Amino acid sequence: MKMRGAKAMLESLKREGVDVMFGIPGGSVIPLYDEIYDSDIRTLLMRHEQAAAHAADGYARVSGDVGVCISTSGPGATNLVTGIATAFLDSSPIVAFTGQVPRSMIGKDSFQEADSVGITMPITKHNFQFYSVEEIPYTIKKAFKIARSGRPGPVLIDVPKDVQEKEADMKFPKDVDIKGYNPNVTGHPKQIKKAVDLLLSAQRPIALVGGGVIISGASKELMDFVEMLGLPVVTSLMGKGAFPEDHPLALGMIGMHGRKAGNFAISDADVIIAIGCRFSDRTTGNVNCFAPEAQLIHVDIEAAEIGKNVPCHVPVVGDAKQVLKEMIKIAAVKAKKHPEWTAKVKQFKKEFQPKMDYDDVPLMPQRVIKEIMEVISGDDIVVTEVGQCQMWAAHFLSRTKSRTFISSGGLGTMGFGFPAAIGAKIAKPERNVIDIAGDGSFMMNCQELATTVVEDVPVVVAVMNNHYLGMVRQWQELFFDRRYSGVDLGEVPDYLKLADAFGANGIRVEKPGDIREAVKEAFDSGRPTVIDFVVKRESNIFPMVPPGGCLKDIIEG
Amino acid sequence: MEREHVLVALVEDEPGVMQRISGMFTRRHFNIDTISVGHTEKEGLSRMTITFWGDDKKAEQIIKQLNKIIEVVKVTIMESDSIQRELALIKISTPDENARREIVQYANIFRAKIVDVGKDSMIVEVTGNSGKVDAFVKLVNPFGVKELAITGVTAMSRGSKPQENGK
Ligand SMILES: Cc1ncc(C[n+]2csc(CCOP(=O)(O)OP(=O)(O)O)c2C)c(N)n1
Ligand SMILES: [Mg+2]
Repeated sequence: MKMRGAKAMLESLKREGVDVMFGIPGGSVIPLYDEIYDSDIRTLLMRHEQAAAHAADGYARVSGDVGVCISTSGPGATNLVTGIATAFLDSSPIVAFTGQVPRSMIGKDSFQEADSVGITMPITKHNFQFYSVEEIPYTIKKAFKIARSGRPGPVLIDVPKDVQEKEADMKFPKDVDIKGYNPNVTGHPKQIKKAVDLLLSAQRPIALVGGGVIISGASKELMDFVEMLGLPVVTSLMGKGAFPEDHPLALGMIGMHGRKAGNFAISDADVIIAIGCRFSDRTTGNVNCFAPEAQLIHVDIEAAEIGKNVPCHVPVVGDAKQVLKEMIKIAAVKAKKHPEWTAKVKQFKKEFQPKMDYDDVPLMPQRVIKEIMEVISGDDIVVTEVGQCQMWAAHFLSRTKSRTFISSGGLGTMGFGFPAAIGAKIAKPERNVIDIAGDGSFMMNCQELATTVVEDVPVVVAVMNNHYLGMVRQWQELFFDRRYSGVDLGEVPDYLKLADAFGANGIRVEKPGDIREAVKEAFDSGRPTVIDFVVKRESNIFPMVPPGGCLKDIIEG
Repeated sequence: MEREHVLVALVEDEPGVMQRISGMFTRRHFNIDTISVGHTEKEGLSRMTITFWGDDKKAEQIIKQLNKIIEVVKVTIMESDSIQRELALIKISTPDENARREIVQYANIFRAKIVDVGKDSMIVEVTGNSGKVDAFVKLVNPFGVKELAITGVTAMSRGSKPQENGK
């Protein structure tokens, strides 16, 4: 089939099942946008490329499909970088297309030329540049295959302008072979058996669940397995939602701002089965005193994660769902429970209930989270920004389902939440989407209010307005003698006026009794809404494990 | 225990593959001691030999991180009994006839070759494992080494079995 490169790109995208993209055009992608003009793929015009990447990422995290974003060359491509790195650290599958100067101009420091492939090499799972017109369908096929299989991640394709314009005879392959890429899905049976035996010999076993369980779609298998063995479950930030946090075996998130019960339980465990998690320092605390008595079983599709940060006793390389299925088969025959340990864990849970029912004015953030939690349903989607706001949400807001808690875990990107919420709402328009935001973070991408209004994407931004870069202020309060340096955001902006300027809905809440109504009103309005929650300026997020501390060294505030 | 490791990576001959590999080493603070690259018996596949210093845990991480790179087809650690060779070209000052004669004698002992002779210098080519090459360079150093080029290690395991290509 003879066609222009740009047309072949859209044809390939359709064949990959893409029906929505996020981007901003520019000189080097005008031919592509010219094809988009006739295409039935919906392409949202964002107001910043960073937001386009986050929106694609949010879309991917909620839908489980690949998210797609587009930028022009040079500054467009460099603006994508933060979004790509964010997706990379959280293993989120996006494909980013960056325009590039025509092939004949490459290497000449041409107008808006940047080495997008070189710049994004360390923050993509893989990246490509089209060298020919004919390769387009093959390379796009490869890109999607790499992005979505194994441990997912971002893939970038750099698209010289002339490749978009030239015609060629196109063949669209059903599948492509990538020689050096063959992710190992099936766990080794011997390792699986060894793992189950070790678990069965344990006195104080525990499961540590990461984002891999969500990506793998293994929540059901996880449930069957831990119920069978009576395993208490803790999660990383990325694992939130993989296991219902209201389940009797659930101890919630562990780590720097984890639940005390979880931090204590994992510290006392003698065997840990970690599934799809990478032992980030925010999860483990000081690794030298992380679960000092435990032997570790580590199930991960990425062999390089095993033994990277903590020593592993039984490695199992494979897909979480497949491995858990096999483990269930073996464990079903010999399952045993641990009444003493279970009782102890229950005791932890009872003793360390988080307190949320504050009546203070200005508002306590815990109370805001509590009310939001009570308004939303299990299917609704909570997205977060980064800072105290993120940790208030992660710590206090229980989630029960996969892909309903979306947060920048690895990179901790302020400004992620709002555009990711846009992607989330596009993926699941029938669900409520709320971004638990800090004022500082929201300001980093608040220009996207324009996108939500023009494209009619009714997401709700709940600004925990403390007029501070609160998380940094908290560290300065605790560890730097309250010398508040570079954290005071002042009394601006007026969020009602800001929302109004974009044609969005704005609500201010000052009293605890008004929180619930405001959230309901925001959802019911069917319009993009900013809720300005006036919270106590110097409120803190506790419990906290100080940096470098062990998971049991908890500061309570 | 820290020691020298030698590994061989078969990689697809794509643009940027060197950058991906060296970038991974830099980014993760793994240091490369030597690296050498060339063609293989198969078209489209290149072979890299990389040597680095570290304990076994580090070696394991390096292998795993290399395997993550899409173009890396196969990584093998070379055992200590494998064949390991470097080639050095050494431009040595030869101020007088005596020096010239002595260097030729050393070259013979090391089975090195004299590949160029100038008015007051000569170029010697020596091949062998790193120890041998280092020893030769040390030996001729007193004459004055004007220029030294070493390829870095290339390696192959013994026996009839080739390094398979396929992860
Ligand atoms: C892009 C970016 N810049 C800087 C930081 C460092 N940082 C982490 S939390 C934080 C404060 C966030 O402030 P805000 O969004 O108001 O949330 P709060 O902590 O006040 O709830 C900062 C500056 C970051 N994580 N990301
Ligand atoms: Mg703030």
